[in-house]
Amino acid sequence: MEFKTFSIGGVHPADKKLTAGVAIKPLAIPATVTIPCAQHIGAPAEIIVQKGDKVKVGQLIAKANGFVSANIHSSVSGTVKMIGPVADASGYTKQAVTIQVEGDEWDESIDRTPDIKRNIDDLKAEDIVNKVHEAGIVGMGGATFPTKVKLSIPLEKKADAVIINAVECEPYLTADHRVMLEKGEELMIGTQLIMKAVRCENAYIGIEQNKLDAIKYLTELSSKYPGIKVVPLKLKYPQGSEKHLIAAITGREVPSGRLPIDVGAVVDNAGTAVAIYEAVMKNKPLFERVVTVTGDSVKNPGNFLVRIGTPIKNLVDEVGGLPEDTGKIISGGPMMGKAITTLDIPVAKGTSGVLILPQTLAHRGEVENCIRCGKCVDACPMGLEPYLLSAYASRKNFEELENNHVTDCIECGCCVFSCPSNRPILDFVRFGKQSVMKIIRSRKK
Amino acid sequence: MSNLLTISPSPHAKGKDTVKSLMGGVLIALAPAFLVSLYFFGIGALITTLVSVISCVLFEWLITKFILKQTPHICDLSAVLTGVLLAFNLPSNISPFIVMFGALIAIGVGKMSFGGLGQNPFNPALVGRVFLLISFPVQMTGAWPKPIEARWQYLDAVTGATPMSYSELGKVNLMDMFLGGVGGSLGEVAALALILGGVYLIVKRIITWHIPVSILLTVLIITSIAYLTDPTKFASPLYHLLGGGLLLGAIFMATDYVTSPMSSTGKLIYGFGIGLLTVIIRLWGSYPEGMSFAILIMNALTPIINKYVKPTRFGVVKTK
Repeated sequence: MEFKTFSIGGVHPADKKLTAGVAIKPLAIPATVTIPCAQHIGAPAEIIVQKGDKVKVGQLIAKANGFVSANIHSSVSGTVKMIGPVADASGYTKQAVTIQVEGDEWDESIDRTPDIKRNIDDLKAEDIVNKVHEAGIVGMGGATFPTKVKLSIPLEKKADAVIINAVECEPYLTADHRVMLEKGEELMIGTQLIMKAVRCENAYIGIEQNKLDAIKYLTELSSKYPGIKVVPLKLKYPQGSEKHLIAAITGREVPSGRLPIDVGAVVDNAGTAVAIYEAVMKNKPLFERVVTVTGDSVKNPGNFLVRIGTPIKNLVDEVGGLPEDTGKIISGGPMMGKAITTLDIPVAKGTSGVLILPQTLAHRGEVENCIRCGKCVDACPMGLEPYLLSAYASRKNFEELENNHVTDCIECGCCVFSCPSNRPILDFVRFGKQSVMKIIRSRKK
Repeated sequence: MSNLLTISPSPHAKGKDTVKSLMGGVLIALAPAFLVSLYFFGIGALITTLVSVISCVLFEWLITKFILKQTPHICDLSAVLTGVLLAFNLPSNISPFIVMFGALIAIGVGKMSFGGLGQNPFNPALVGRVFLLISFPVQMTGAWPKPIEARWQYLDAVTGATPMSYSELGKVNLMDMFLGGVGGSLGEVAALALILGGVYLIVKRIITWHIPVSILLTVLIITSIAYLTDPTKFASPLYHLLGGGLLLGAIFMATDYVTSPMSSTGKLIYGFGIGLLTVIIRLWGSYPEGMSFAILIMNALTPIINKYVKPTRFGVVKTK
């Protein structure tokens, strides 16, 4: 088997896929759910329900506000208890709808039959994009970009490669791995739907070499789905980065400041492809997702199908509670995830995992002098010079930050991972990047 | 639950490298060369190395604590490494007081005066060595202990010429230079031991291949051209590669993180410059050696290389 990869930078954290063999289990519906109206990139959705309203599973409770925005649906049936600000994984508060759960009554239009619907012949590209929009689908790999925007290709651009991101390069996370093994057919049909929506005949499913069973299974399946090809990839972080996945599979590098469609690529996460199948073929909006709950000291780590809005506490209880030595709780993976403050934070559309780190791994080491070893430069997958950007940012030299392409930084954390002196490189680079982006935006005005 | 939760920005995972582990790795890579130097030069090698290491560590600790008034960090092993490298550039019969003086200059002037670890523009061990070379030329170049014979002797060791001195140029057996057994400074005599250390460093990803390979290739090519032009006037390329501290310099001195470029292309240019300058000084200059000066000159050019030679960026060149 040939394994492709990207050529610049990258690091090799231990992959720790503790839950790769654990089948997805539906998590019990909680007593209340809190659904934030901003679970996606772009404008927060506008809440259309009021306190006291009765809602059903799959009912629209917030409308997309503008082109780059997404609908939000109730994940439970019950009564709206409260509408107010609630903290999410970022630490900031957002408006959210809290629903007191009563039963599990679904909207009548949703097709709950278990059989796989394969016929997509009568669907037109616009139909597919509209259904994706109505269903509130956003990128489920964690970026939560509104999928309908990604599928709405401007007339002057053409897609010649649909890429399904099944890489899951973050250590510990296995949600996409299980989805590939347990919902392989749905994934294939979802991919076909994407191909039709962007009028493209070729699709590639990128899978890293630590998921050989998924590579084998999907390769077998793909013989029934013309145009879809499985591409095995070398194990290297951040292979799951959109730009690096495109580079590894097609050999084309998205230029600085441009989008994947500019090199003819449309990339969607594997979970998103399945959600697209469910939305288009089963009329099911996005209101639940697979979340990996894991950690070295966790008693029974696993992968769970969770209703959006479930407090993370319920997931932690399900795996045996917080271990004695808990030091840090992360929403997402260890490289780019966010450390959360409490367990009350709700699961959102982009919550791919809950990772519990022990005390021994939770603290940063003592910061030492930069020894100019250059490991951060070798590790940076964007070909930047993290030590330099960090130094400029600490001196607030925004002009040199812009000259040295700080806006190209994808915040993957490879630089910090490779630094022997425990320097907070990314903290400074993030500050520099945001400051420069603010300056650029104000220039355009 | 009794623990407090830690909140910090991503990433929440760390690689295994620390400053101490990297410095320690270089010390391990130097172990074969040290064992060889003990075998050939005996007590002199042991005492000189110990005096150099202890002096370097002591001076760094004293200067950091009492002059800079900061917390000393000698546990990161960087001073130990400077001590070993300084010793490896000295003959085994040199007075311990000269060694201590060299350590004071290497650490005090070469490192601490610029602000400590990571701030110095010049390789501290080389700063120490060149200072000693210029201040104590006779003790540094005149009398090289004879390998094996001088093992149990120290300051009064029996001496002979080194391969790089004019009278010996080209006359020494290449196998002796490869395995050790020729005159020279502590660390430069056994090419095989040094190469083993170099392979260890590259396999463990402590250094990359760029600097040693570009230095050695440059020296090989230029000395080959010279030798082919006039074999009577110029020594053979292998002789140049195996002698005069070239391997010690290419593998252990030029690759010092702090004073070498950050990008791979920058490292290649830096290595080429060192190779070129070394050969020029050797073939047409007054020092049969020349490598120390070549490295120090390229150290001075490292900031300019870093400024103008940038790593390949993602998305700039269209591939395939």
